[in-house]
Amino acid sequence: MTTSETKPRAEEHYLAAFRDFQTQRAGRETPWSRKLRANALQGFNATGFPIVRDEEWKFTDVRPITERAFAPAPLHQLNGLASGGIEDFTLGDLQSNRLVFVNGHYTPELSQLQALPQGITLGSLAEHIAHGSELVQEHLARTAGTTAPSPFTELNTAFMQDGLFLHIPNGLVIEDPIHLLFLSKASASPVMTSPRNLILVGANSQVTLIEHYASTARDEYFTNAVTEIVAGRNAVVDHYKLQMESETAFHVSTMQVQQERDVRFASHLVDLGGRLVRNNSNAVMGGEGIECTLNGLFLIAGEQHVDNHTVMDHARPHCNSFEVYTGVLGGSARGVFNGKIFVRRDAQKTDAKQSNRNLLLSNDALINTKPQLEIFADDVRCTHGATIGQLDEDALFYLRARGIDKNTARGILTYAFANDVMSGIKVEPLRALLEREVFTRLARM
Amino acid sequence: MLLEIKDLHASVEGKEILKGINLAVNAGEIHAIMGPNGSGKSTLAQVLAGREEYEVTAGEVTYDGKDLLDMAPEERAAEGVFMAFQYPVEIPGVNTQVFLQAALNAVRKHHGEEEMDALDFLALIEEKSKLVEIDKSFRRRSVNEGFSGGEKKRFEVFQMAMLEPKLGILDETDSGLDIDALKVVANGVNTLKNADNAFVLVTHYQRLLDYIVPDFVHVLSDGRIVRSGGKELALELEAKGYDWIKGDEQAEAA
Repeated sequence: MTTSETKPRAEEHYLAAFRDFQTQRAGRETPWSRKLRANALQGFNATGFPIVRDEEWKFTDVRPITERAFAPAPLHQLNGLASGGIEDFTLGDLQSNRLVFVNGHYTPELSQLQALPQGITLGSLAEHIAHGSELVQEHLARTAGTTAPSPFTELNTAFMQDGLFLHIPNGLVIEDPIHLLFLSKASASPVMTSPRNLILVGANSQVTLIEHYASTARDEYFTNAVTEIVAGRNAVVDHYKLQMESETAFHVSTMQVQQERDVRFASHLVDLGGRLVRNNSNAVMGGEGIECTLNGLFLIAGEQHVDNHTVMDHARPHCNSFEVYTGVLGGSARGVFNGKIFVRRDAQKTDAKQSNRNLLLSNDALINTKPQLEIFADDVRCTHGATIGQLDEDALFYLRARGIDKNTARGILTYAFANDVMSGIKVEPLRALLEREVFTRLARM
Repeated sequence: MLLEIKDLHASVEGKEILKGINLAVNAGEIHAIMGPNGSGKSTLAQVLAGREEYEVTAGEVTYDGKDLLDMAPEERAAEGVFMAFQYPVEIPGVNTQVFLQAALNAVRKHHGEEEMDALDFLALIEEKSKLVEIDKSFRRRSVNEGFSGGEKKRFEVFQMAMLEPKLGILDETDSGLDIDALKVVANGVNTLKNADNAFVLVTHYQRLLDYIVPDFVHVLSDGRIVRSGGKELALELEAKGYDWIKGDEQAEAA
């Protein structure tokens, strides 16, 4: 007898949990959304959780997630959790439109929305699903799995709870950033939250989004998030994702960005927390003249594992893409970077730049890095590079030769290394906050 | 005596570069150390600054009554030893002003002084940047990043002016400079010079000594000082070339 015969598949647990979940959501679904969820669950079950033999998951073993029985926290369990301070998570004095989600559920009493230009729809996705919003039905789950299909995306679609629904018609600007705070709080049983954001930005419109994942609890929980962004012609979208989960948390996320002609899109992703983390960032350049940036910083230590998979898909000519991922690893942390660049046959005059720089602060830290270029056009420029190293000894000596002691000099250089990605953050209070956070964390590494 | 080097031997990767250096520098003096490529000039500067790749195998160095070789690089700097680098390293991401402030305050802390407040610090930058005719915009840039060769050298002298060392060692600061930049560097040293400090100019070319007049000139060859004299030695060397020294050595060996 083998264990596989006696041990139920990890997926079975989620099939059973889905029945409870459907009951919880009674009255807040439509036939369309029920069908969407059921199909996704079926897709998830057919594929099953990835194993390390899957090329896309070679360096990230998700068994710590699948071995645990996570389930969505019902809304009624939120009693009491919605109160309590969030002052640690308001990003300093940032003026924003803030939507707070506690253990997956929208929490209006902690949220703070400002007056917005006429015509903009901004609010809870779950509410718009419940009301049968046509825009939601037209766009939700249309793109999330297209570039890099993943069972976690299907799992999210089946179990998605809430998140931002944003629709900006053509030619409107939202001045203050939209701050999406996904907060995990202590719970009786291991919680799976499935945040889901749908963002539709019209032509010539502009918005700044901050996805922020944090925790007040130290128990084990699992965040499985999906964000879909559709940017119309000449739109400007700045996206930030701060992953500051607890160090006992599991976090999988997928961001899918569809861009039309002349869009300027920039995403900065900062990973500080989490025990096992996998981010998929996929950007499709579906028109000419697009400028797309995917930057990331991960700063990990102890037993943390962070895996960043990115795809830059140049589908049309004359687009520029920029990608810088920087990793600082201490302890016995494990990092993975996999950066794919597609240049489709049509995508002549593509200019794609990618780099992944890693700093290992200890002998036990490890990084697997892989740039992957698939180029089908002939008149393109693609550059990529990956470095793994220790601190520059010459720079260290230079600082010491000016009186700065060895530890401080090491701190200054490590911070400078990490700061490269942060300098691209345009939201001033956010950058200041992250700089302090990174500085504090480095001091402990 | 500010600096006394006795029979200093040093190796890098097992190869002996310095083979018994003797040198005495008093406060108020300027010494020039000249010599052909590979003679050990830069190694001497690096050893004095505390570069760990160079292993001191014999000899001693006394600085201001203390054992210099026993001190970490940062301690030497705090005690007033400053080396202007031959090849200043670019440090992306480290803001120049932050760097200068950290350096200055580290040295002050070493002497039990308070950190300098921001306004005084800015005023000091203002004052010292005039001395080396350096554009103030450098403050917003990363240390040495994207600086031209001349800018890097001027920035070294600028740092020296900020830190006001007791012993300034200029490691080929004049190499690769146009005449205007050279004058700026020389003017910096001449302004900083006083009765309590000393400078050691490591140089390949006599040209620098037209602008900074040394009290002593030493010629280094194959890891030893083979000749010492006044400023006229530099001129003689310029006229006859380094082969003249090498010829001497061969004659001695024969």
